[in-house]
Amino acid sequence: MNRGVAITGMGIISALGNGLEANFNALIKTQDGITFPETLKTKHTHLPVGEVKISNLDFEKKLQLADEHSYTRAALLGIAAAKEAVKSSGLTARELLNTGFISGSSVGGMDATEKYYLDYEKSSAHHQFIPAQHPGFTTNKIAEHLNIKGFTTTISTACSSGANAIMLGARLIKAGELDRVIVGGTDCLTKFTLNGFNSLKILSEEKCRAFDDSRNGLNLGEGAAYLVLEAEDLAKDKRIIGRVLGYGNSNDAYHQTAASETGEGAYKAMKDALEVSEIDAEKIDYINAHGTATRNNDLSETNAIKKLFKTVIPDLSSTKAFTGHTLAAAGALEAVFSVLSLQNNFIFPNLNFSKPMQESGLLPITELKHKSINYVLSNSFGFGGNCTSLIFSKNE
Amino acid sequence: MSRAVYITGIGAISAQTEESIFSEKPAVYTSNIFQAISPNFKEYIPAMALRRMSKAIKMGLTAGKIALQDANVELPDAIITGTGEGCKQDTEKFLESMLSQEEELLTPTSFIQSTHNTVGGQIALNLKCSGYNVTYSQESASLESALIDSVLLLHEKPSLNSVLVGGVDEVSNKITSFGFLNGFLKQEEIENLSLFSHKSEGTITSEGAFFFNLTTENKKDSYAQLKAVSSLKAESSIEVSEKITEFLLKNSLRSQELDIVFLGKNGDLDQDEIYDELQNTIFSESCQLAYKHLSGDFNTVTGFAIWLSCLIFRKQQIPDILKLNAVSGANPKNILLYNLASNTNHSLILLQKP
Repeated sequence: MNRGVAITGMGIISALGNGLEANFNALIKTQDGITFPETLKTKHTHLPVGEVKISNLDFEKKLQLADEHSYTRAALLGIAAAKEAVKSSGLTARELLNTGFISGSSVGGMDATEKYYLDYEKSSAHHQFIPAQHPGFTTNKIAEHLNIKGFTTTISTACSSGANAIMLGARLIKAGELDRVIVGGTDCLTKFTLNGFNSLKILSEEKCRAFDDSRNGLNLGEGAAYLVLEAEDLAKDKRIIGRVLGYGNSNDAYHQTAASETGEGAYKAMKDALEVSEIDAEKIDYINAHGTATRNNDLSETNAIKKLFKTVIPDLSSTKAFTGHTLAAAGALEAVFSVLSLQNNFIFPNLNFSKPMQESGLLPITELKHKSINYVLSNSFGFGGNCTSLIFSKNE
Repeated sequence: MSRAVYITGIGAISAQTEESIFSEKPAVYTSNIFQAISPNFKEYIPAMALRRMSKAIKMGLTAGKIALQDANVELPDAIITGTGEGCKQDTEKFLESMLSQEEELLTPTSFIQSTHNTVGGQIALNLKCSGYNVTYSQESASLESALIDSVLLLHEKPSLNSVLVGGVDEVSNKITSFGFLNGFLKQEEIENLSLFSHKSEGTITSEGAFFFNLTTENKKDSYAQLKAVSSLKAESSIEVSEKITEFLLKNSLRSQELDIVFLGKNGDLDQDEIYDELQNTIFSESCQLAYKHLSGDFNTVTGFAIWLSCLIFRKQQIPDILKLNAVSGANPKNILLYNLASNTNHSLILLQKP
C-alpha cells in the first residue's frame, strides 16, 4: 500500500497561547511568548523561557480532575492540544476508539518527580506520581482522557521526538496499518531540564537569536501540539488542511550532545525527506529550521542546508524565538506552524536577528513575509544525534 | 505481500545466563530487586568510555554488539531501541545533585546521559551508524513498539540488510526502590524462584538488555521468524481472548496450533488472574511457560522471552524450570508471547520456527 497522508485537524498550546488562533495571531503580530519563569519554581529566574501562563490548578479545575489524580503538566498540556486537534478534525467519540495515538515526550512527568522525590519515602501523599515519571505514562493519560483506543506509543528521541511521532504516524498510514492517527508531542518546563541545559552552558540570558553571528544559546519552552493524520482515500469528504509528504530520519553519529560541524545527520534527514516526497529541492518554499540559537546547532544546520540546496537557499526561519525550545514538542509545534504557513501563505519571521553568521552569511527571513507557499521543510534535531526532517504540502 | 522477517543474531544480558536456564540451575536471588549478570564489558567497550557509562548504556551497547557479531553484521542499516524507564541511574544522579545543591554548580555529564535515547545514540556513535534511529518509551510496550517499527521499516525498504532492535532497562537505587512504595514490588522479600507461590500483590524486578538483528533474508542459521507483533488495549479477559483470536486469525493460526505460549505472569495476585483465565481457556492445549521468576519483571523484559524462545527453537529443548503445565510442546513451530502491561494494555509477539 502507498496511501497519501492527509492532515485533517490540529491543536496547539504554547507560550504564545492556548489554541490555534492565539498562536497564529501572535505569529503574525510577531509577538514572542518569552518571559521569565513564574509557574516553574526555580532559582534561575533570570533565564528567559517560553512558559504557558496557565497553572496546573487551572487546568485541573477546567478538566474537573479528582484530588488524587496523576496528571502531570505534560499530560495537561497534551490534553489541551489533543482536544483541539480532535475538535478541529471533527472526530467522533466512536472514531477515537480505533484512532492511533503517537506522542513524543522527553522528560514525561519529571515535574512531579522533582517536586516529590524527597518526600516519597516520608509520606504516601503523592505516590500516584511515582510511575508518572516515565514518558509512556504521560501518553497513556492523554489517550485515556480522550478515550483513544487505537495503537498507542511514545517516542523519546529528545528534541526530535515530536517530529518522529509525526513520521511514524505517516508511515503507518502509508503502509495501511492505520487509517487514522493523532501525532505530536508534549513537554513541560522542569527544573531538571532547565538546570541540565544550564549546566551545559547553552542557555541564553537574553531572548535567543537563531542564526545570528552573536547567538549565545537557547531559551527553553513548554507546550504541546498534535496533528490528526488520516488516509487520504478515507478522508475524501473531510476538510484536508495539508499533507505529510515526506520524512527522513538519520543519526549524526558524531557526539552525544553536539552536532557535527558539517551536519551529516541533518543533511541525510533532509535529503531522505525530499526523496520520500518525490519533489526536487528547489520546490521547497520555506524551511522551518531547527534553529535553536546555540553556537553549535545553527552552524551545523546551516552547513547541511547549504550542502543540500547549494546556491539557492529557500526562505528560512526558526520560530524558536517565539515559543522557546519546547524539546520533544518542538517538532510538533513547528509542524503546526508549517501548516499555518501553507494555509495562510505566510513565512513567520526569525526574531532577534541582526548580523549574519560570519561562516555562512546566511540570511533568515526577519519580517512576516507573504508569498505563495506550497512546500515546507521542517527540521528537528536532538541529543543522541537524532535528526528528523518532515515535508508538508498543501492539499493539491 | 509483506516479506517475512527473521531473527539472525541475539545479544542478551539479564539476571540469568543461557547456561543457568538450560542446565536447570537458575541463579537464585533473595531480594525483590536484583541486578543483571554483567558480561566482560571491556571486551566490547574501551575502558575509558566504560567508566562514564551507566549500566543501561553498558548493557545496551554490549548486547547490541553481541547481536551484530552473532549475525555477522558489521554495520546495521537502522537502530531501534525500546526502554520503559530510560537511563534512571543518570537521571537520579543529576536529580539528586540538583535537589541537594539547590540548582547550583551542576556538572552536565549525568544530564547528557539521562535522556531516553542515550543508549540508541551511543550504539550509533560507537558503530558510526548514520542510519534510521528511533527510541520508544511506552512503558511495558516499549520493546514491542520498537519491533513494530522494525517490521514496518523492513517492509518499506526490503533492500535493508540489517535492523538492530532491542530493549533495555536498568535498576537504579532510588527510583527502582520506589516500587516498594506504590505497590509494584512485593512488600515481603522473596526468593525469585518462589514467585508464583506467594499469593500477594506486587512482583520482583531486575534489569537487562536484549538486542536482535532482523533481516528479510532467511539464513540457514536464523533463530526464528518474527511473524507478528501487536500492542493492544482490552478491558477484560474476554476481550483479550477475542483480540488474541483475531490476531492469530490474521496470521492464519488457531489457538490450538500454538505449541507454546510464553506468559508474562509476574506473581501479582490481581494481574495474574487474567493469565489464569487464559490458561484455562484459549491456551489450555498449549505448553504454557513463564519466565519472570527468573528474569524479574521490568518494562522491556519480553526481550528475555524472545531470547528464550529462539533458544528453544534452536536447541529443541524446553527447560522444566519454565513449565507451568504438563503439555509437552516438543518440536514447537509456533510460540506466542503474551504480556500484560497494565490492566488494559497487552502485547503479543508471534514467533515461528524458521
